[in-house]
Amino acid sequence: MHIDWPTFAAIAVVAAAATVIVVLLVAFALVGLSGRSGGRVGPGDSGTSGRRPAAGTGVAALCLLAAGFIVCYGLYLIIG
Amino acid sequence: MDVSLIVVVVVVTALVFDFTNGFHDTANAMATSIATGAFTPRTAVATAACLNLIGAFLSVEVAKTISGGLVDETLIDPVVIFAGLVGAVLWNLLTWLLGMPSSSSHALFGGLIGATWVAGGGGAINFDAVLNKIILPALLAPVVAALIAVLATYLAYRVTARAAPDVVRRGITIGQRVSASMVALAHGTNDAQKTMGVITLTLITAGMLAPGSPPPFWVVLTAGLAIGLGTYMGGWRIIRTLGRRVSDITLIQGFTAETTSTTVILASSHLGLPLSTTQVCTGSILGAGAGRRLASVHWGIAGRIVLAWCFTLPSAALMGAAASWLAATGTVGVVIVAVIGTALASGMYTASRRNAVTAANVNDPPRTATTDVPLGMAV
Repeated sequence: MHIDWPTFAAIAVVAAAATVIVVLLVAFALVGLSGRSGGRVGPGDSGTSGRRPAAGTGVAALCLLAAGFIVCYGLYLIIG
Repeated sequence: MDVSLIVVVVVVTALVFDFTNGFHDTANAMATSIATGAFTPRTAVATAACLNLIGAFLSVEVAKTISGGLVDETLIDPVVIFAGLVGAVLWNLLTWLLGMPSSSSHALFGGLIGATWVAGGGGAINFDAVLNKIILPALLAPVVAALIAVLATYLAYRVTARAAPDVVRRGITIGQRVSASMVALAHGTNDAQKTMGVITLTLITAGMLAPGSPPPFWVVLTAGLAIGLGTYMGGWRIIRTLGRRVSDITLIQGFTAETTSTTVILASSHLGLPLSTTQVCTGSILGAGAGRRLASVHWGIAGRIVLAWCFTLPSAALMGAAASWLAATGTVGVVIVAVIGTALASGMYTASRRNAVTAANVNDPPRTATTDVPLGMAV
């Protein structure tokens, strides 16, 4: 009886890496965009203190671009 | 029985199965989006239906075999396929009535295994393939999806704790819409092909299509429409179970659950070991629930879902075997199976009307233990 453990392991590793990367990219993008909103951003945080909105927006744009590429690759896998 | 008549019966039954597959699996893509409010219920099922229909046209890479090597396919004839489909449809309807998300693919394979067993004996079943392609993936898929979702949810909460709540709400809503749509598209691409494969191979077996032919356009169109229509009907009972009963899902958890489902489904399909969409999505939702707070998962419901998974293959096999035994007697047997199947399906639909779940009440909070107690009995 042959059990295809390497394929199971590959699925788990690839899926875990892709999920964590996409979720982190989106989460960091939201943190970056929050600097621009000027509101209170978290417990004990006064909002705009020490945060540079332009830098935050730049980081957010990069993160969203990278997440977009991964989503497009997913679409390519579905269609292809 | 006349060959063309049994082919018509198989095609109609396959499309009915495709329809039940659609409404049974709407929840996979849209349950959390509906529960979190990322989509309104009607918008969610309409979006999923359109993407399932589009998915049906995206790939003509239909299954080369009906059973994926689980049974000796030389023993499969249209009557056996019909009996297997009847078993799968009835199990899909029963689990829908109970609000349990079970795998439509496993139901189909179970039905075919049971029907083939009756037609050709136990030797016709490839138990090695059953273990590798059904049982092990069924054990591993939800566990892998759940563990990934736990990690993703934990990280998402940690990172977004520093972000503005209104930015998080808007951003995650968009993210969840995108990831849920990806699941719906992938589902249409995978599951509609299954029905197309069954119909195409039936036509080839009956000599109505040359061996190796791609599915005719009418097969692609009807399979796409059947799964799309089924999806639009919305299996609200299962949507309610996955969206409201398994765990109290928030926007972030919905996003991480759908993202996990998308990546696991795509990774498994791409690496040549397709996993059940239902089990992956259910595992992701459980993991997303546990990733925020372990106690927020309703483990009793989770246990009932796992029980339904355990029963899917043997139950569909039993129904398929019974249908195969009756149908093998000839035209009268096929008619009796069709009549009994229709009667059972109608009975389950009628039973579902007594406690109807619709787009209007799908998001109602679950009843607590106290409210389940008759008035005057609660302490």
